[in-house]
Amino acid sequence: MKKLFTSLCIISGLLSTTGQEYFPKNDGVTTPDTNYTVFTNATIHPTPEVTIKKGTLVIQKGKIVEIGTSVTIPKNSITVDLDGKHIYASFIDPFTNFGIQKPKKKAGARGIFSPGAQPAWDATRDGYYWNDHIRPETNALNNFAYDAKKAKEYLKQGFGVLQTHMPDGIMRGTGLLVALNTEGKEGERLLSDQSAQFLSFTKSNISPQVYPTSLMGAIALIRQVYHDAKWYQSGNCENKDLSLEALERNKKLPQIFEAGSRINGFRADKIGDQFNIQYTIVGGGDEYARIDKVKTTNATYILPINFPDAYDVSNPYDADIITLGSMRHWNQAPANPSIVSRNNIPFSFTTHKLKKLSDFQPNLEKAIKYGLDKKIALASLTTIPAQILGKSELLGSLKKGAYANFLITKNELFSKDNVIYENWVQGHKYSITNMNIKDISGSYDVEIAAKTYNMVLTGTPEKLKSEIKLDTISLDSKTTYANNWLTLTIKDSDTTEAKYIRIAVPVDTSSDLLSGKAILSDGSETIFTAKKKPKSAKDNKTNSKETHEIETAEVLPVTYPNIAYGNKQLPKAETILFKNATVWTNEADGILEETDILIKNGKISKIGKQLNDAGAKIIDATKKHITAGIIDEHSHIATASINEAGHNSSAEVTIEDVIAPDDISIYRNLAGGVTSIQILHGSANPIGGRSAILKLKWGESAENLIYKNSPKFIKFALGENVKQSNWGSNSRFPQTRMGVEQVYVDYFERAIAYGKRKKSGLPYRKDIEMETLLEILNGQRFVSCHSYVQSEINMLMKVAEKFDFRINTFTHILEGYKVADKMVTHGVGGSTFSDWWAYKYEVNDAIPYNAAIMHRQGVVTAINSDDPEMSRRLNQEAAKSVKYGGVSEEEALKFVTLNPAKLLHIDDRVGSIKVGKDADIVLWSDHPLSIYAKAEKTLIDGAVYFDLDKDKAARKSIAQERNKLTELMLKTKNKGGKTQPPKKKAKQHVHCDTLEAIH
Amino acid sequence: MKNILATITLLLIFVGTITGQQTPAKKQTEIISIEGVTAHIGNGQIIEKCVLTFENGKITAIGSDIEPKGTIIDATGKHIYPGFIAPNTTLGLVEIGAVRATDDDSELGNYNPHIRSIIAYNAESKIVESMRPNGVLIAQITPRGGRFSGTSSIVQLDAWNWEDAVLKMDDGVHLNWPNLYSKGRWWMDESPGYKVNKKYEEQLAKLSNFMDQAQASSKASNTESIPYRAMKGVFNGSQTLFIHANREKAILDALTFAKKYSLKNIVLVGADEGYKVINRLKKQNTAVLLTRTHSTPKNEDDDYDLPYKNAKLLMDAGILVALQNSGQMERANTRNLPFQAGTVAAHGLDKEKALQLITGNTAIILGIDKSVGTLEVGKDATLFISIGDALDMRTNQIEKAFIQGREISLESHQTELWKRYSNKYGQ
Repeated sequence: MKKLFTSLCIISGLLSTTGQEYFPKNDGVTTPDTNYTVFTNATIHPTPEVTIKKGTLVIQKGKIVEIGTSVTIPKNSITVDLDGKHIYASFIDPFTNFGIQKPKKKAGARGIFSPGAQPAWDATRDGYYWNDHIRPETNALNNFAYDAKKAKEYLKQGFGVLQTHMPDGIMRGTGLLVALNTEGKEGERLLSDQSAQFLSFTKSNISPQVYPTSLMGAIALIRQVYHDAKWYQSGNCENKDLSLEALERNKKLPQIFEAGSRINGFRADKIGDQFNIQYTIVGGGDEYARIDKVKTTNATYILPINFPDAYDVSNPYDADIITLGSMRHWNQAPANPSIVSRNNIPFSFTTHKLKKLSDFQPNLEKAIKYGLDKKIALASLTTIPAQILGKSELLGSLKKGAYANFLITKNELFSKDNVIYENWVQGHKYSITNMNIKDISGSYDVEIAAKTYNMVLTGTPEKLKSEIKLDTISLDSKTTYANNWLTLTIKDSDTTEAKYIRIAVPVDTSSDLLSGKAILSDGSETIFTAKKKPKSAKDNKTNSKETHEIETAEVLPVTYPNIAYGNKQLPKAETILFKNATVWTNEADGILEETDILIKNGKISKIGKQLNDAGAKIIDATKKHITAGIIDEHSHIATASINEAGHNSSAEVTIEDVIAPDDISIYRNLAGGVTSIQILHGSANPIGGRSAILKLKWGESAENLIYKNSPKFIKFALGENVKQSNWGSNSRFPQTRMGVEQVYVDYFERAIAYGKRKKSGLPYRKDIEMETLLEILNGQRFVSCHSYVQSEINMLMKVAEKFDFRINTFTHILEGYKVADKMVTHGVGGSTFSDWWAYKYEVNDAIPYNAAIMHRQGVVTAINSDDPEMSRRLNQEAAKSVKYGGVSEEEALKFVTLNPAKLLHIDDRVGSIKVGKDADIVLWSDHPLSIYAKAEKTLIDGAVYFDLDKDKAARKSIAQERNKLTELMLKTKNKGGKTQPPKKKAKQHVHCDTLEAIH
Repeated sequence: MKNILATITLLLIFVGTITGQQTPAKKQTEIISIEGVTAHIGNGQIIEKCVLTFENGKITAIGSDIEPKGTIIDATGKHIYPGFIAPNTTLGLVEIGAVRATDDDSELGNYNPHIRSIIAYNAESKIVESMRPNGVLIAQITPRGGRFSGTSSIVQLDAWNWEDAVLKMDDGVHLNWPNLYSKGRWWMDESPGYKVNKKYEEQLAKLSNFMDQAQASSKASNTESIPYRAMKGVFNGSQTLFIHANREKAILDALTFAKKYSLKNIVLVGADEGYKVINRLKKQNTAVLLTRTHSTPKNEDDDYDLPYKNAKLLMDAGILVALQNSGQMERANTRNLPFQAGTVAAHGLDKEKALQLITGNTAIILGIDKSVGTLEVGKDATLFISIGDALDMRTNQIEKAFIQGREISLESHQTELWKRYSNKYGQ
C-alpha cells in the first residue's frame, strides 16, 4: 500500500482524496492533495464539435475545474505546456465484460436432443423467477475483479471508462461503470455499481434448465416476464420473487440489449415497443444492409468494430463454399459505421467482438477510410456512450465538473501520424508514449574515432531501430532510447572476432546534433557525434502511396435481401396484360382457353378475350398456362426457429417473431410458383406455437412478408413426436397418446378458468399462453394439427367438441382417409402429403390415395410440402392425386391453390383467378400439373417476384460479382492482410421434426 | 378419369387376392405379344405402333413390322417401357426408418467391404412392392455408412426370397469418399455451418493404407483377412468400385486414386459437382450415378435449377450418367424415380434421353445391360405398359408390368387400404 501511495505521488503529482477523509490512516501523516494541474497552450476539443485553440485545462482532485482560453491559473498549480498538442475526452466503451468471467457450461452438459440426455425441465433455484435464464438480480459487482492488465490495453487504445456486465443469460442484471484508474482505489474508480440493465436472447450457461430452446421461446419469455413483473408489482403475488423485484428496481436504468445481428435488433426493438421500453441495441455490424428499417427502431446502437477478415480464396475449391452474401459482407461491413451515421442513427462503438484490443485503432481507421466522419467517430466514442449511460454531465466531454478523463495527442485524433501521448483518468496520468522524448528518427553522418559511418534511425521513440553502415558494409547494431538517453551498440567491422563499440548519448531536445561518448572494443573512450541529414524526397513518396490506397475502398451496392438473387430494387406492382393464356380460374368458369388477364394496382383487374389497356406491359402467353399462385399450408422455410421444445405447451411463442426474410428458399419457392406459405411451429409439443402466414415477397422485411390482418393460427401436434418417441430423453409428460389427450384437457380447463378470472373484473396476471388458448376457445384462432393415425385424429376432434370449438385443419393427416366421414361431420380440413410414408411407425398406413378419398368424402383437401425441396414443385405433388385415385385435374390443382387458401382463411384474397382478388399468379410454360411445366413468372400483388429471364441475368451478375470480390480478397491477402479459412453459412433444411437450440 | 378407376378395379378382380405382400408371379408359360404400342426402347430410340413379343421370360421380337403371336395385348395408344432401375437404394434393408429394429442398412465399423447387403434384403417388404405400380422393377441394394459401407447386389422386385430376387450378386463395393467439409454439430455448441474438414488428408492416408494392404493381399492366392479378401474383385475388375463423392475436389482426388490403384471399373455416385470436371471424367471414362434431381442446390449462389439440369450437363458432354435417389426418405420416394428423370426432360433434355437415365444407362453402369435396361431381343421381358408418358406423374398410369416375362401384381398394401376405405364410403 505504501509503495502504491508513493508511486502515485511520483507519477501524477496529484492525489485525489475525495470522500476519504473519514478513513483512518496508519502509514504516515495525512497528505491532502489540493494542488491543481494545469495544461496550457493546447488545442482542446471539449466535444467533437468544439475546438479551443491555445486553450487551458485546469484539473484538481480528478475533476475538471476550468477549461477555456482566459483561465486564471491558481498559484498552487503544476503547469504542463502542451504547445502544438491536442486534448480530447477519452473513450468510453458501454458494452464489455471487463473484469468479469463469462461462466462456462458444465462439461458434459447436453441439450434435450442428445442421446441419453437428462434434461432439467424446471428451475434450479427457489425464491427467484421460474426460469433460470431470467437473472435481473445479478449484480455485476459481485463477479467483478479489476483487471489491471486488461485496463492497460484499454488505456493504450484511448479508453478511460468501461461499462461491464455479466454476459450470461436472457435477463442479465445490472452492469457497472468503472474508470480505468488502475492507480486509484476501487471506491474511487467505481463510477456506478448499477449503471444499466442488460438483456440478450441467449440462455445462461449457469443453469441447465431447457426452456427456452429457441429464439422465439426467448422472445416470448421476455414478454411474459414483463407481464409478470407488472402483476408482482401490483402486490397480488403470494410468493417472493427476487428476480421480479430486481427487474422493478432496474427499470429506471438504461436498458441495453445484446442483439448481435441486425435482425435480432429488430426483434428486440419490437419487444421494447410493446412495453414502452427503448432498448439501446448492441448490433451485429450488418445494419447497413437494411438501414431504413434500422432507422425506424429509433434506437441508439452500440456497434461492434470487428470487420470480417477476407476469406482465403487461394484454393478455388474451398473458395466455392463461400456464399456471395458472405463475400459481400466482407466488402461492405467496414462501411457500416459510415452508413449508420449518414442515416443519422446515433451509435456508440464497442470493442466486445474484437479478437484482440489492438485491432481497435486499425479498424477504426478502416471505418474512417470507408467514409465515417471523424467527428462522428469521436462522438461515438465519447459523447454518445455518455448519453447512453445517462452520464453526460460527468463523462464524454470536457467541461467543468466532469471527470478529468482525457487524452493528450500529438496531432488530431484519427489522423495517420497521430500518437496518443497520455491517457488521463480521474486526474491520474497513464503514459502511452512519452511526449517529452525527442523524435530523433532520421539519417545521420556519424563520426567515431575518425571513421565516418552512415546511421539511419527509424520508428517511434519506443521502438527505435538503427541501421549502421561503414561505407557499404552494414554493421549489426542494437539501440535503446528512453528518457532522452540513446544507447547504441555497434558490432565492429572486423568480422573475425566479435567486438563492439558502445555509445551513450544524452539527447539535447533543443538540437539535432547528437553527441556523447563512445567506448571502443579495446576499452578506450572517444567522442561520438551524429549530424542529421536533411529529409530526402524519397521519404515523402511513401506517404502519397498511402493516400492513394485510401481512395480505393470500393463498396459494392446492397441488394434486397443482401445475398445472391437479391433485388437491386424492391419489385413494385405493375400493369401487365397477359394475352392468350389457358387460365385455370378455380372458379365456376373452370379452365378458360385463349384468355387475357389484366393485372392492375396489385389486383386481378379483368379476365376475358381481346382485352386492352393502354399503359399495360403486354406478355404473350399463347400456349402457356396461368394459375393462381401456389399456397403451401405447411412450410418451415424463412424462419430462425421451428420448435420451442422446452415445455409441452408453447402457445406463447410465435413464428411471426422469428421470420428470416433472407432465406434463399423463398426465392427458390417463387421459382416453383409458390406465392404464399404458412410457416408452422414444429411438432415437439401437443400445443405448439403460433404460425406466420406469408406472401413470399422476396426482399421485403419480415413484417412486410406477413399477411396484413393475418388470420391467426396455432400448431398442435399428436403422436410420436409429442410423446418423444424418437428423442434422446423420455422424461417429459406425455409419453403416450393417452397422455396427449390429458394435456389438452388440462390446458383448456386452465384457459377457461383464466378467462373467467379475466372477465370477473378482479385483477389478473396476464398470461400469453392462456390468452392464446382463450383465442382458440373463442374461435378467434385456428388450429392446424400435425396428425397421423386415426385414433388420435378422432380424439382431438372429440376434445375440441367437448370444449365447443372446431379444429380447423389436420396437417399431414396421413390416416385421414380412415376417418374422412368424421372429419366432414366435425368440419375440419385436411392438408396432406401426396405420397410420403414409411419413415416412422405411425405412417405405416399412409397411402397416396389419401387426398383423393378425403376430397371425395367432402373434406377440404390440400397437399403441402413440409419441405423446402418439395415445395418447389407442389404442382407436381398435386398431379399425383390424378395418378393415385383419379381426382380431376381441375380439382387437383385446387389442392395446392384454392383449398389451402380456404384452410388458411385467405381465400377472399388469393387462391383463384377472379376479378378483384390479389394478383398472386403464375405463368407456366406448360400444363401446370405436368412435370414439364416451368414457372416463367411468379407475381405477388401484381409485382413480378420471379422471372425466368431476370433469373438468367442474375446468374451472370452473381458470377461477375463473385469474381470481382475474389480478386479483391486475393489482393488483400497478397498485401499481407489477414484472412480467414472458407466457411459456409449454416444451411439446415427443417421439417417439423427439427429441434433446434438457440445459437 | 372414371375409366382409369374402372380399369384398375377390373384388373384387380383378375389379379385376385390382396394381402400384405403380393404373391410373386408364376413363370411365363405362354408367348405374349403387345401390339400397337409406342415403345420407348431405353437407348434413346422410340418405335411407334410397335409389336413386342416375349417368350420364356425373354424378348424374342420387337419392331413395327412384326406379326404378333401368342396372347395378344392390344396397347394401342399406350406406351411400353423397360422396367426402371433404381441404383444405390436401401430398399428391403430398412422397413420403418424410425424403428431401429427394422433397420439393417448400416453396420458398425469403417472398413466393411465384406458386409453384403443381399442377405438382409427383405423381398417381402411393403415398400418394395409399392415401387412396381410406378414402373420401378429393378434395384441395386446398397449398404450405408463407414468408409467402405459394403458390397451391393442387384435384384428384381418380385421374388419369394433374396435368392430368388438376385439379378447380379455382389456387383460392387461402395466407398464413401472422405468429406471435404464438415458440418458443425450445433447440439455440441459448434457453429452449424460448413467448415473445411481438417482431417481430410489424414482420412485419405488411412484409406490409402487400407487400399495398399488390400491390393497386396489380392495378389496372394488366398488371404486370411476377410475385408481384404472382399476387395479382390475390385482389383481384378470383376466388381465395380462405387465411389460416393460430391465436391469437385473430392471427385478429382477420387479419380487420381482410381488411377493410382489401376482400378478398371469405377463409378462415381453423387457427383453433384461432376459437371465442373467433365474433361477429367471423360478422360478416365468414368460413369456417374447422379444425386437425385429432386434436391435443393447445395450452395446458396447456385442456379435454382442446377439439380434439375445437372444430368443434362453431363449427358450433353458425353458422360455415361444415370440417376439414383439416395438421401432423405429414400426408400419410399424411390418410386418417384421416373419423375426424377422427367424433371431433367423438363429442363431441356430430350425425353428419350431422360429415359436412358433410369433404364439403358443404368443397366450399362451396373453391368446388367446384357439382360435388362432396354427393350431388345434377347433381353429379359422386364417391362411395363403405361397409359401415358411414364416420366410424368400426370400420365404415369401403369396397366401391366412384367418381370422376366412374369406378369406381376400391381397391388400393394397401399392399394388394399385404398380399396377398403373407398368401399367403406361407397366412393
